[in-house]
Amino acid sequence: MDSKDIHITIIDRDGVKHHIEAPTDIAMNLMEVVRSYELAPEGTIGVCGGMAMCASCQCYVNSNHTLPEMQDDEEAMLSEAFYVKDNSRLGCQIHMIPELEGLEVELAPES
Amino acid sequence: MITTDIIIIGAGPTGLFAVFEAGLLKLKCHLIDALPQPGGQCSEIYPKKPIYDIPAYPEILAGDLTDKLMEQCKQFEPGFTLGERAETIDKQEDGSFVVTTNKGTKHKAPVVAIASGLGSFEPRKPLLDNISDYEDKGVEYMIKEPELYRDKDVVIAGGGDSALDWSIFLADVAKSVTLVHRRTEFRGHLDSVEKVQELKNQGKINLITPAEITAINGIGKVESLEITKKDKAPFTLKTDHFIPLFGLSPKLGPIANWGLEIEKNAIKVNNALDYQTNIPGIFAIGDGNIYPGKLKLILCGFHEATLMCQAAYQIINPGKRYVLKYTTVSGVDGFDGTRKEAPKAVVKAID
Repeated sequence: MDSKDIHITIIDRDGVKHHIEAPTDIAMNLMEVVRSYELAPEGTIGVCGGMAMCASCQCYVNSNHTLPEMQDDEEAMLSEAFYVKDNSRLGCQIHMIPELEGLEVELAPES
Repeated sequence: MITTDIIIIGAGPTGLFAVFEAGLLKLKCHLIDALPQPGGQCSEIYPKKPIYDIPAYPEILAGDLTDKLMEQCKQFEPGFTLGERAETIDKQEDGSFVVTTNKGTKHKAPVVAIASGLGSFEPRKPLLDNISDYEDKGVEYMIKEPELYRDKDVVIAGGGDSALDWSIFLADVAKSVTLVHRRTEFRGHLDSVEKVQELKNQGKINLITPAEITAINGIGKVESLEITKKDKAPFTLKTDHFIPLFGLSPKLGPIANWGLEIEKNAIKVNNALDYQTNIPGIFAIGDGNIYPGKLKLILCGFHEATLMCQAAYQIINPGKRYVLKYTTVSGVDGFDGTRKEAPKAVVKAID
């Protein structure tokens, strides 16, 4: 493992847990990590490309990590999305940084 | 029956550029798109967002890119079937294809180019158990005929531009307009938000926030909705129509059943040659295709469209000799009789 990688856990839409390593040095976000590991079929995640405009990368954050504060566009998008819970975030707005070591998230259902 | 040389499914950037490239080869195109306007994702999802990797444009708004592509292909007079989804394809005895939309519009051509991106945009439906029972019986996900709402009670749900814009529009048409949104903040153009505020103050729009529709009631048609304000008890509101406007999401849809090889929700093509699918005469270009090394970029779609048109030319004009012409040298002759050409060099002696 590269020293710049972090360990995170992603629970896919079928409930399967994946323990994976995510790089922190190439400006990757969580949605892109999911796509690079193909944990959700292409076309069902990251539809808008990561502009916080489609909510296809919605996930529930299960661990207690301090995440970057929600920007207006993410908050607005989540207010229109379905299956939203208190711990909902858009994966495309969560960038992989060393502080997120041990992060656990669950992908929200497709809608 | 609409007849043309190339039926293009999807009027996004790739499909629009294909019209131009086909036009240079004197091939006519007709585009089919489920959305009511051309531009695909660029117009529907992010028209006001900049793109930085279109060659020669350091920055261009997605909506402006659509406008430019429309302008560029205009002289080749593309036909459009908009607001309809390509549903079936039937191969004819003469080798051509007939593509029929969900509304029954038929199109015939020797070549079909699928430029459908991630698929056709379908409305995102709220999670209410019985909502499908009321579709077209008071529940509409898109407003196609505003007159339908004249002197009716209408409830719109959503917090984006379309919810705002239609609330404003219907305020003058419907008997009453109620706008329900999960938050008190709306995501839309400032003008629209201010206009809704003004109409609310005048009592022309009934605004209920933060709230959600939690049930639909009625026998055979929508008669009332159960609305639940955050942390309050639900209440019932009588209405004739319920219009949920929660945006659109792309679905591959009926194309999946056309006998094409599909991998990862995309159509497999031969990228060594011409982006043809496993069915000769049907091509897939742009974000909706897949081949080793595929990148979903607009600029790659342009390249694919260009090569596809060359192959289409060979299918339509078998055996005909062809040599690539440069627009700077040959100019551009439109089907509308216009001609663009480089100005002639001035030849003049210097004393």
